[in-house]
Amino acid sequence: MTMQEGYTTADGRQIGGVLMDLRNITLRFGGVTAIKDISFDIREGEIRAIIGPNGAGKSSMLNVISGFYVPQEGEIWFKGYRRGPMKPYEVARLGIARTFQNIALFDGMSVLDNIMTGRLNMMKAPIWSQALWWGRAEREEVENREQVEKIIDFLEIQNIRKTPVGRLPYGLKKRVELARALAAEPRILLLDEPMAGMNVEEKEDMCRFILDVNDEFGTTIALIEHDMGVVMDLSDRVVVMDYGRKIGDGTPDEVRSNPEVISAYLGVAHE
Amino acid sequence: MFYREAGDFKTSYRDDGQTFPIRLDRWGYYAILAVAFLVVPFVIDSYWANAVLVPFLIYAIAAIGLNILTGYAGQVSLGTGGFMAVGAYAVYKLMTSFPGVPIVVHIVLAGAITAVVGVLFGLPSLRIKGFYLAVATLAAQFFLVWLFNKVPWFYNYSASGQINAPERTILGWAVTGPATTASAKYLICLVFAVVLAWVARNLTRGSVGRKWMAIRDMDIAAEIIGVNPLTAKLSAFAVSSFFVGIAGALLFSVYLGAAEASEAFGINKSFLVLFMIIIGGLGSIFGSFAGAAFLVLLPVLLKNVLVAQFGWPTDLAAHIELMIVGALIVFFLIVEPHGLARLWALTKEKLRLWPFPH
Repeated sequence: MTMQEGYTTADGRQIGGVLMDLRNITLRFGGVTAIKDISFDIREGEIRAIIGPNGAGKSSMLNVISGFYVPQEGEIWFKGYRRGPMKPYEVARLGIARTFQNIALFDGMSVLDNIMTGRLNMMKAPIWSQALWWGRAEREEVENREQVEKIIDFLEIQNIRKTPVGRLPYGLKKRVELARALAAEPRILLLDEPMAGMNVEEKEDMCRFILDVNDEFGTTIALIEHDMGVVMDLSDRVVVMDYGRKIGDGTPDEVRSNPEVISAYLGVAHE
Repeated sequence: MFYREAGDFKTSYRDDGQTFPIRLDRWGYYAILAVAFLVVPFVIDSYWANAVLVPFLIYAIAAIGLNILTGYAGQVSLGTGGFMAVGAYAVYKLMTSFPGVPIVVHIVLAGAITAVVGVLFGLPSLRIKGFYLAVATLAAQFFLVWLFNKVPWFYNYSASGQINAPERTILGWAVTGPATTASAKYLICLVFAVVLAWVARNLTRGSVGRKWMAIRDMDIAAEIIGVNPLTAKLSAFAVSSFFVGIAGALLFSVYLGAAEASEAFGINKSFLVLFMIIIGGLGSIFGSFAGAAFLVLLPVLLKNVLVAQFGWPTDLAAHIELMIVGALIVFFLIVEPHGLARLWALTKEKLRLWPFPH
């Protein structure tokens, strides 16, 4: 496959050109090198997984993409432009949304308000308009509420709309966090272990939502996940990391048969 | 049974986002407002105005201000007294420098000046949080009071070091100065309290309020969804100080008439307003009013009961009163750490079902 043209997946979906290109990324914390010279790309409309054993640098990679960490070396290209060092909120405004490994919702606010925070970047009413609740502020509130309600319907959380997030069980919190990320209408959605700590049914629900998001909104998704069954089923292409290096990249089948990947996961036989 | 929302359906998102979504609540508040505007001004006497209603309204404004900063945006502040002093001295300088301008404009401008000062002292919040920020705002408290005592320009070089509010009128009615009637004092404070409470409610239910609450609940997640912590925190300091500044301006010009910075706006004021929002409920406009009512009314009530009913000597009653107020604060915080606002919300939730348990 070439850089500009896309490819067709096993299930017949057409994947577009390169949306995000990470080139020779190296990230160091003092003497520790968390990511060592890694390059890979994420293409328009695909589901891209990053896997690897614990401590491989997957979350650091996601944090580099979302702007938490600035890598010492390497370039990040997004939508055809090279991205300079940015604050996380600037990255969010480019159209990159994410969820967290440990849920990072706003516990004091209702589900609805939490999801509405995802649209803060679309709400630009001046403060006097908001203070008087008149004109642009009120109009924006209603318009954005309509969009948020679509996402609430989509993720089937209508009945908990007004519940404070702190009262919800774990699985629903994960779903609300996904809703908040989706509310921003991102070009790329980063999911950090969306299935962690879930039971089988919750995992199935979450898989369905991820596939539906990709299918209906055409959102490009990059995810980290430990459940290999889920990863191999969901993703179009997989990056495998170990000790901060990239040891494999390709379709799930290619990755599964890669000897280096097998040894990273199962260990190597010692003579 | 009597308090319910069954049958009260919302057909638009506009209706769903209104201030009092439950019809009964709405009517209740309208009734209270009607009584406050149409009945109380005609029956109020100077005891009720000076001991109860005027301080209640002024402290409610200050409590809303601090609640925006601490309750909504999560930035602890112990500088409220200092910011009230800024409002008071700003309105004094404006009143004496531009006597022709209406007093309401002066009071609002005093709020705006306090907002600027608040932003300056809010700058450390970008680097420090929690207790450390509280200490930084404590510096604002002591520095501002020191400044107003030390620089004679602020009190127009008066021999006593005090500031005295000259008489100013609205539509021929004196609202400041010794000739002010009880109902005029009450009405100007009421108008400011109602308008500012409404503004606070609008700000906190809209996008800027969500930014503040996002920063309060989890600043890292707030940043990752696109909230700029700099503008969110500084706007909270600005709006909060605006409210506190107006409260300080009213306290000096309408209520006290004369003030001296370290006496009227000392650290005690900062703690008083902080206690108000803790007892009333952090992150609640209603809680700001409830907390102000609790701490303004309770001492008055106790004094009346102890001195007038039981006939105790006033000095004994004054000490017992402090002990009882202190004990009640501790009691309330143990029973309901989220304040009177939560207590009220729980009562309403129960009333929705009463008398049927399910």
